[in-house]
Amino acid sequence: MCGIAGIVALREGITSPDRDLLARMAGSLQHRGPDEFGIFRDRRAGLAHARLSIIDVATGQQPMASADESLWLVFNGEIFNYVELRAELIARGHRFRTQSDTEVVIHAYQEWSDACFERFNGQWAIALWSRADRRLVLCRDRYGVRPLYYVEHAGSVRFASEIKALFADPGVPRALDREALVQTFTFWSPLAPRSAFAGVREVEPGHVRTYQDGRVTDRAWWTPRYAPEAGLRDGNVAADAVREALANATSLRMLRADVPVGSYLSGGLDSSLIAALGREAVGARFQTFSVTFDDAEFDESAHQRAVVERLGTEHHAIRIRGRDIADVFPQVVAHAERPLLRTAPAPMFLLSKLVHEHGIKVVLTGEGADEMFAGYDLFREGRIRRFWARQPHSRLRPRLLERLYPYLARSPVRQAALAREFFGRDLEHAGRPGFAHGPRWSATSTLKRLFEPSHATAAARYDPVAELLESLPSGFADWTPLAQDQYLECRTLMSPYLLSAQGDRMLMAHSVEGRFPFLDREVVGLAQALPDSAKLLGLDEKHVLKQVARTCLPASVVDRPKQAYRSPDATAFFGDGEPGWVGEVTSPAAIARAGVFDPKAAAQLLVKCRVRAQAGPTSNSDNMGVVGILSTQMLHRLFVEANPAGTALPELRTSVERS
Amino acid sequence: MDARQLVREFVMTNFYVPDSLALADTSSLLATGIVDSTGMLEVIAFLEETFSVTVNENEMVPGNLDSIENITHFVARKSG
Repeated sequence: MCGIAGIVALREGITSPDRDLLARMAGSLQHRGPDEFGIFRDRRAGLAHARLSIIDVATGQQPMASADESLWLVFNGEIFNYVELRAELIARGHRFRTQSDTEVVIHAYQEWSDACFERFNGQWAIALWSRADRRLVLCRDRYGVRPLYYVEHAGSVRFASEIKALFADPGVPRALDREALVQTFTFWSPLAPRSAFAGVREVEPGHVRTYQDGRVTDRAWWTPRYAPEAGLRDGNVAADAVREALANATSLRMLRADVPVGSYLSGGLDSSLIAALGREAVGARFQTFSVTFDDAEFDESAHQRAVVERLGTEHHAIRIRGRDIADVFPQVVAHAERPLLRTAPAPMFLLSKLVHEHGIKVVLTGEGADEMFAGYDLFREGRIRRFWARQPHSRLRPRLLERLYPYLARSPVRQAALAREFFGRDLEHAGRPGFAHGPRWSATSTLKRLFEPSHATAAARYDPVAELLESLPSGFADWTPLAQDQYLECRTLMSPYLLSAQGDRMLMAHSVEGRFPFLDREVVGLAQALPDSAKLLGLDEKHVLKQVARTCLPASVVDRPKQAYRSPDATAFFGDGEPGWVGEVTSPAAIARAGVFDPKAAAQLLVKCRVRAQAGPTSNSDNMGVVGILSTQMLHRLFVEANPAGTALPELRTSVERS
Repeated sequence: MDARQLVREFVMTNFYVPDSLALADTSSLLATGIVDSTGMLEVIAFLEETFSVTVNENEMVPGNLDSIENITHFVARKSG
C-alpha cells in the first residue's frame, strides 16, 4: 500500500516536471507510505511514490520500469492473483527480476495493454507512463478501493492518491466545488469524477483514463452485471459456492503478504465471518481489532467477545468517547478531504491507530458484504414500499415498515401515521430508478436550506439525482429492483463514502492497508449471479451469508438483528470541554469567509445543538447538519485558507532521471 | 404574539429555516423535509410546553401537525 503522484506535460514545449515538486508531492503522502520514497523523471513526465512495504520488501521499489525502460509505473494497491498471472506471463516468455506484484502489472500491460486490468483480482490505483508512445494510463480497481485524483493545470496533468499532493504546487487553485457540496448534502459524499474541490477530478472506479499526444480517453473497463444464473437457484448450491469463494478470497488476502495480517471485528456478521475464515486460512492465532463505545446505543462489545472467544484471537479494543471524536475530527477531515455528514469515520481513524501501534500493516474487514449480499435496511425498506405501492390504499402493507429499524431507539416508525407520510411519498413512482433511495436522498438534501442564499440559488439549478440517473449503465433497466438498489448503493455510498472517507483514508492515516474479501472479483461475480432470494429472502437480509456463517460462528452472532455501524454525532462536539476549534470554524467571520452557509441558519442549528447537548437525543437531520457545517468549515480552513501539502523534502531511496 | 406567530417563530428557529426560503403556513413540514420524525417530537414538546396541551398518540397525524396552519388549528381546537 502506498501513495502515488505524478506530472505529465500535455504537449511539447512545457517545462519538464520539477524534481522538488515531485518530491514534495510524495512527501505529502508520507502517511500512506512512510517506508521509502522514489521519483522518476524524463523530459515530459515525472512519477513519485511513497511506499508502505508489504510484498517483496527488499526489491519492490518504485517507480519501477520495464526491462527496456520504455515503461514506468507507480502503483498503489495489491493484485492478489499476481502469482497466477506471473506464471502465465512467464509461460508467454516474460522474464521477471523481482517477486513483486508491481512487476506483474508492468508485464501484464506489455502483454495485454489496457485489457490487462480485467485480469486483475485486487485493489489498485495505477499510473503508467509509456515513454515509447508518450502515453499516460491512469486506472482504478472495480469499486475504487484505492483513490486517484487529477487536475489539469499549466499545460500538464497532475495526479495523486490524495488531493493534498496536488496542492503541493501552490499555483493549483484551491476552492470548494459548489456542485460537490450539493452532492454531499444528498449522497453524503461527492461522486467521482467530482471531488470536493473545483477543478480537481477523481478517476471513476472501474475506469481507465489515458492521455496521448493531446488526446484524452476515459472509459469504464468494468461495469457490474446483475444476471442470475439458473445453476445457483438451489439454496445449498448457492451457499456452498459462496463459502468457497469467500474462503478463497480471505485466504488470498491473508496469505499474500510478507507481513502479518490482522482483522477488524465489529461483532456483526460480516467481519466475524471474515475473521473466522481468516483463522481457517492462517491456521493460527492472529490479531483482531474493535471499537467499543460508552453509549450502549452504539456499542457491540458483547458480540465481539463472543466471536473472540470462539476464534481464540489475540484481541485489542479501543473504547471511544464522544470527546475523542471531537478531538480528532480536524485530522479526520484533513484525511477524508471532503465534507462529512457523519462522525463515523472518526472511530475508524482511532482504530487504525490502534492497529498501527500493534505493528500490523494490513487488516481484513467485512466491508462490501451489505452491498453485495443485500444487508441494509434500505433494501428491505425498498421492497416493502414497492409491495405497498401495488396496493397503495392497503392499511396492512405499510405496517411491515414496523419490522424495520429495530436498533434505532428513536425509530421513525414509532409514529405510524407520520411514518406513512414519510415512507409513503412517491409510491406512484415505485417503478423508477432510485425509488428506494428517495427518502434518504431527500431527507439529506433538505439540509441544503443551510446554504447561504446565493449558493442555495445556484444549488437549486443543479439536480445531482437527475445527473446520476442519466448516467446508469446499459442493462440497468432490465435488472431486478433489488439489483438496481444494490448498484445505486455501491455507486453512491460504498465507493465514495464507506470505502474512501470511512475506509482507505482512515486506514492510511496510520499506514494501515485494508483488504476486503467481499469485494474479491470472484465473490462480486458470484453475488451478482445469485438470485435475489439468496440475498434478500422475503425480508431476511444476507440470507446466504447467514447459512455460511452458521457453520463457523456462534448462533448469537448469526441471528442477532443487524446493527448499523454508527457513532455519537452532534453530542460529541458540545458540552463540557468543547474543543476550541469548534467555535473558531463556526465564528461569523469564518462562516462568511467560506461563503457556504447562511450565517443565521447555521447559528440557530449550533445554538440548538449546544442547548440540547445534555438534554438528550438530537434528530438525524440536526446530526447531519451540524457535522456537515463543522466538516465543511474545517475543510475550508485546512485546504483553502491554508495549504494542506507539506513542504518537507523526503529523502529519496529511488531517484531516476532520463532525458 | 398569537398562536400562529408563536408556531411560526418556533418552526423557523428550531428547524433553522432561512428567511429566504419563504416558508408558507400551508407548506407540508414533512414533505419539504424541514421536520423529520425526531423533529416531530420536538414540535409536540413545544406545543405541550407553550400551550399547556397534551398531544395523544392518536393525534400524532399529519392533519394535526404537518404545517404551521394545521398546528395552529390543532392548538386552537385543543385549547378551545
